[in-house]
Amino acid sequence: MQILAQVAFILALAIGIGIFIRNIRRMIRNIKVGREIDRTDNPSKRWGKMAKIALGQYKMVRRPVSGIVHVIVYVGFIIINIEVLEIIIDGIFGTHRIFSFAGTPYRFLIGAFEILALLVLVGVIIFWIRRNVLNIYRFKARELTKWPKNDANYILYFEMVLMSLFLIMNAADYQLQLNLAPHYAMANGEIAGAFPVSGFLLPLLDGFSDSTLVLIERTAWWLHILGILFFLNYLYYSKHLHILLAFPNVYYSKIKPKAEFDNIDAVTKEVQLMMDPDADPFAAPAEPEGEEAGEPEKFGASDVFDLNRVQLLNAYTCTECGRCTDQCPANNTGKLLSPRKIMMDTRDRLEAVGENINKNGKFVDDGKQLLDDHIQREEIWACTTCQMCIEACPVGIDPLSIIVEMRRYLMMEQSAGPADLNNALGNIENNGAPWPYNQMDRLNWATEN
Amino acid sequence: MAENIKVPTMAEYMAEGKQPEVLFWVGCSGSFDDRAKKITKAFVRLLNKANVDFAVLGTEESCTGDPAKRAGNEFLYQMQAAGNIEVLNGYEIKKIVTTCPHCFNIIKNEYPGLGGNYEVMHHTTFLKSLLEEGRLTVEGGKFKGKRITFHDPCYLGRGNDIYEAPRDLLRKLEVELVEMKRCKKDAMCCGAGGAQMFKEPEPGKEDVNVARTEQAIDVKPEVIAAGCPFCNTMMTDGVKAKNREDNIAVMDIAEMIASAEDL
Repeated sequence: MQILAQVAFILALAIGIGIFIRNIRRMIRNIKVGREIDRTDNPSKRWGKMAKIALGQYKMVRRPVSGIVHVIVYVGFIIINIEVLEIIIDGIFGTHRIFSFAGTPYRFLIGAFEILALLVLVGVIIFWIRRNVLNIYRFKARELTKWPKNDANYILYFEMVLMSLFLIMNAADYQLQLNLAPHYAMANGEIAGAFPVSGFLLPLLDGFSDSTLVLIERTAWWLHILGILFFLNYLYYSKHLHILLAFPNVYYSKIKPKAEFDNIDAVTKEVQLMMDPDADPFAAPAEPEGEEAGEPEKFGASDVFDLNRVQLLNAYTCTECGRCTDQCPANNTGKLLSPRKIMMDTRDRLEAVGENINKNGKFVDDGKQLLDDHIQREEIWACTTCQMCIEACPVGIDPLSIIVEMRRYLMMEQSAGPADLNNALGNIENNGAPWPYNQMDRLNWATEN
Repeated sequence: MAENIKVPTMAEYMAEGKQPEVLFWVGCSGSFDDRAKKITKAFVRLLNKANVDFAVLGTEESCTGDPAKRAGNEFLYQMQAAGNIEVLNGYEIKKIVTTCPHCFNIIKNEYPGLGGNYEVMHHTTFLKSLLEEGRLTVEGGKFKGKRITFHDPCYLGRGNDIYEAPRDLLRKLEVELVEMKRCKKDAMCCGAGGAQMFKEPEPGKEDVNVARTEQAIDVKPEVIAAGCPFCNTMMTDGVKAKNREDNIAVMDIAEMIASAEDL
């Protein structure tokens, strides 16, 4: 019986981790449909930023309520996972609390896990209330209905159940140890672990026989570890990948000034050619070298293939907290634009592309694209490029760069800018100012009254 | 009032074989917009007072390409940049000051990749350095004790992490500096950025500039201080939309200093 349980456990572990690895590999493959981008410069600054923002939660706590509760859940999550290590070893070898030989330090750890588990439980309940009871702007947006709304709640329910199972498991274990049940009680008569929280659950277990207690303890133990394995695999299908991706995402985030946009090198080459008095306008274009051969470069982005890999990583990292949208001036004044939706749309499209690749072996044109089929032009044109979304994001996502890439596509590939904007740009082209004034009048201010 | 300002051009300096200490990049707004021209002149009066050896490009200046770049027209931006860089490099310009955060950002951050490398300063930072060097003195004057709030321009504040220079200048004016709820890193945009200045807004329930002005009005200022000609326009329109133009002024910090000094 015992050996059967061990085999079942190892099987569950292998399947759970196996599927997880498959999904992560798919995710990496999907990210690689994007353009390459070099973000390996200045590693010390990048590590520092990652330590501060991802590990240190620096931006989270800029909003004290959700920030502090998040830190509790985050710390609880990481530390309680140390316990998972013991659970895995116990599961494989059929032992009971393998680390309990450590005595006092072990008791301290288990006691701390219990307190954290309780805090996480309380934190998650606060999060649930914020999402479902309180009237918080960023949780009421149009993109946060149906699946995204349910997804967020499922995660919260999940954590509630996991924490409850953990405490029930400990309570039953504690009672079994007190009852000096075989396999549970330690040979030296000491108690393995400390149970400052689950100790309060003992009255609920009053009068149960040892075999019932073992059943409760084993059921909670199994559900807990199977729940964790399920959650590990739920990540990829939910908004919750940020618990892993926040770290690489912050590392690869923009470290230049937020207002600095990249220059398109292909345009620079063309402009240089145009400005070069010695260039032969009738010369055949130079043979493209290496990888540049083939289709001419497309300007801007209309689909995920045109975005860079950091932008696609951003999409997978977004946990839909909506701090960007909450402070977006366009969104605040009722425009269609929501930076969070830009990220969600990008991920949805990337996932559709990924499914397409899973099915066909390679991407087969499905007649759809990110622009128009997911993101509307009205959203793209409402942006003021104020960079508030970048500043607000607690994990270093840059929705603005995607908006700008789509503007570039609309402007340079489609000539589809808003008419009044085109007028202003026409003026710049003709007379060097967005208004129709003569460049020769540029110094008139110095002499007029 | 007959203007009594000296505005030498680079062409004149070149003819005399001289190099100015700094080039004043006026920008399109500062050259053509009636409201912004007042900021330009106020800044020039301060430069004159501090005996700063400066010059402008005048008719050789052209749009930096900022609205084109933010709107997605990279070609037009790079054409403008190439032209400007040719002129600037031709005059061997080393240092540039500008009253427009958009010109500041694009020349400072985006021109270097195209061959234009200069030390670029926003006028608030430049004025602060003049004060520190003792070349300009500022006293409270008519703004002493007045309730003033500063609206951070996105391309100066969040975009380039400059928050303190404008505030330091306001403190020199001995004003009662009050901050809006959304300020510095969290400051809300005036609604002009990203080339929105040159197009009608998308449908919504309110204009961005009005929403931002309401936030400013909430802290009951006598003056909304600005550091960008576009913010200035947007906030001025916002104050008018709220019918508060009789008791709330929108002024650039350069104008405030010049006016405090009765220049």
